Amino acid sequence: MSEQEKNAPYLDKRSSRRTFIKNSGLTVGGVVLGGALGSLLSKDSTTQTHETGVHSTATAVNFNQALMYFDKTQFDTIDAAAEQIFPKTEVGPGAKELLIAFYIDHQLAGSWGLNSKEYMSGPFYPAEASSLFGHQTHLNRQQIFNLGIEALNSEAAKQYKAKFSEITAEEQVAILQAFEAGEVTLNGAVTSTYFFSLLKSATIEGAYADPLYGGNKDMAGWKMKNFPGHQMSYANIIEKDEFVKIEPTSLNSQHKH
Amino acid sequence: MAKKLPKTDIVLAGVGWTGGIIAAELTKKGYKVVGLERGKERKTEDYLMVHDELRYQQRNEMMQDLSKETLTVRHDRSKRALPYRQHGSFLIGDGVGGSGEHWNGLTYRFFPYDFEIYSKTVERYGKDKIPADMPLQDWGITYNELVPYFEKFEAMAGISGETNPHPEVPEVKYPTVPLKETPSMKMFKEASKSLGYHPYIAPAATLSESYTNPDGISRAACQYCGFCERFGCEYGAKASPVVTVLPVAKETGNFEVRTHCVVRKVLHTNGKATGVLYVDTRTGEEYIQEADVVVVSAYALNNIRILLNSQLGSPYNPESGTGVIGKNYAYQMTSAASTGFFKEKEFNLYAGTGSLAGVIDDFNGDNFDHTDLNFIHGGNIALGHYGKRPISNNSVPKGTPTWGKEFKDESIYWANRSLSVGSQGSVMPNKENYIDLDPTYKDQFGDPLLRMTFNYKENERNQQKYIRDITTKILEEMGADIINSPGDQGDWDTTKYQTTHNTGGVIMGADPKTSALNNYLQMWDCENVFVPGASAFPHNSGMNPTGTVGALAYRAAEGIEKYLKTGGSLV
Repeated sequence: MSEQEKNAPYLDKRSSRRTFIKNSGLTVGGVVLGGALGSLLSKDSTTQTHETGVHSTATAVNFNQALMYFDKTQFDTIDAAAEQIFPKTEVGPGAKELLIAFYIDHQLAGSWGLNSKEYMSGPFYPAEASSLFGHQTHLNRQQIFNLGIEALNSEAAKQYKAKFSEITAEEQVAILQAFEAGEVTLNGAVTSTYFFSLLKSATIEGAYADPLYGGNKDMAGWKMKNFPGHQMSYANIIEKDEFVKIEPTSLNSQHKH
Repeated sequence: MAKKLPKTDIVLAGVGWTGGIIAAELTKKGYKVVGLERGKERKTEDYLMVHDELRYQQRNEMMQDLSKETLTVRHDRSKRALPYRQHGSFLIGDGVGGSGEHWNGLTYRFFPYDFEIYSKTVERYGKDKIPADMPLQDWGITYNELVPYFEKFEAMAGISGETNPHPEVPEVKYPTVPLKETPSMKMFKEASKSLGYHPYIAPAATLSESYTNPDGISRAACQYCGFCERFGCEYGAKASPVVTVLPVAKETGNFEVRTHCVVRKVLHTNGKATGVLYVDTRTGEEYIQEADVVVVSAYALNNIRILLNSQLGSPYNPESGTGVIGKNYAYQMTSAASTGFFKEKEFNLYAGTGSLAGVIDDFNGDNFDHTDLNFIHGGNIALGHYGKRPISNNSVPKGTPTWGKEFKDESIYWANRSLSVGSQGSVMPNKENYIDLDPTYKDQFGDPLLRMTFNYKENERNQQKYIRDITTKILEEMGADIINSPGDQGDWDTTKYQTTHNTGGVIMGADPKTSALNNYLQMWDCENVFVPGASAFPHNSGMNPTGTVGALAYRAAEGIEKYLKTGGSLV
């Protein structure tokens, strides 16, 4: 422990805060680390006794692995497309193993899919808006994904007489490249480029968001990237010359004692 | 019919840094202050789950709900403005503490040159240096006059820092020692020094050591957890209104905050404000809060909107150049950043804090000779160690595909092996960069949205070309194996995050014809209305604005007290 840490009085004088820190009871290197990160949520929640968390064993059931929005074909399509954007490589798992399509499904089912915290009043001028002006269609992300998935499958049917999820990886990549380049017409007020950009950013999110959202299974995305996730303090390592590898922790740890 | 509430001394439209500072200063003096805040209550305990990149960074948890209210944006007057439907280029906060909750904490003082930019430019280079379409103005106050207010803000927040070694920059003594220096900051420092520049550790509102401020507020040292900008601080180590000025105001018993209350208008008759009209968004009811002094403290952009919707002050007309509300809107430029890739070195980039940076000001302000340059001002250049998070940190060498196998493996390989040297480029005012009301789009109450007309002009584009060569040169000197150097500054991209340093629109100055406020941030046209915030800046400098915003808020607090005692115009 550095001199600075030994001397740092983490507990300030205000009693509400002191109580709060005491309740948290978390320490690192013997120093009480106060603030909101102490786990205040106790173990009284019975639902947590199931092995659903990130610390589960390999055989445990993941109750989160179920669909909220997609139908089967939509899921298979996104599962395949996301795997091409973020494939399994020698470095580590890809979209399928990380459950990224489940992540995207869960996101679409909620406020992100419905654009509920965004300005969605008209009039809309999608045709005159350059990409520098972002989302300028009346369609929400659920509708854009529906159109995009439909088009991925109709392209696959047109070119290869099969569903998108059934064609080869190379064929899938070629179709996705055409989408990215805006060469495919979607049956609605949105370009294939915009759909692809949403799919790509959601795929990256599914690889690296906290596992609480359903992707980044077993924190494998973080492990690949040497990202430690949720940690209390790096005061001891911030000045270090060598790289310090830390086993990641997720926000789920806030609920466990 | 709006319900009339008993009169108070001072009403605040917005409870962030500026409202909080004014509340603390005036309630200590015994005045009654009512703070109206459109967002929710906030406390440190809210940040139990704050280490969540998706929620706070990608989904902007702490930012304004744009479904209720946004603004429209366009590059020039000939175009139709379109709604800013999603957060992008800048992030407008809401809730108690405002943007002061999720800022990075970099706390600079604008330079003496900034406050007298017109006079000093003419003096050194002649009038011809200033283009005809650049309404460059002095601020109506000097750096020396502002020093006591800077000191107040720095003491209140406990700024951690070291003296800027540049000979042109005034010396500042900070209340706490600088933050810890990382290996990459040391590399930046050595490289900059060997190039003849003057590096130093940035002044930070994320405490380097525990600190008790003059109000008796104690806060703990930063833990370098790596979740700072866009996030709230779970330790209270980052100075924010919620852990500094607001508890001080509350303790006096003279301060009342009403959350979920949106101010629609300042009410006024015969050049005097009577109070504000607001809506409690929980009950849906309208209220009139009468007050002796109205403080419009709702962030730069919302300040402009409240004044325009209140028909207070004369709106700026870009055609004639007359009028002041909405004039001299400025921004900043971040496109001169270069990224270096280091094969032999892995850095602990997941660690950091929002204001941990090595900086130079050798190419900022007028610290370098512009005689042979086709621009004025400049920007600071910094290597930040803010904490890189995995969704948003995917730097790869130029030419790498943006998705697929190669992208995946490369982005993972370089995740802890790449460093950026960035710049906050100043933006000078331009006659065609301004804010008015949108003719089409409305907010949740049917009030017109703001319309922002903005683009980067020649001065900025030339500056960026100059600065980007220096950011690249520093990375070369640092020994980067591969360097991504930026291309030209294109048209303003409203979707890509750049900075939330929106400035101007309700500017201060010495002349009521060309400014909206005097140097106490008191409105020329309405003496009991004060408008603190970066909206008061006649141009934007090449560094973070909050130190200057804070100093001006302390100045305004003093002005409000004077006004309450003597009345009338303070200058």
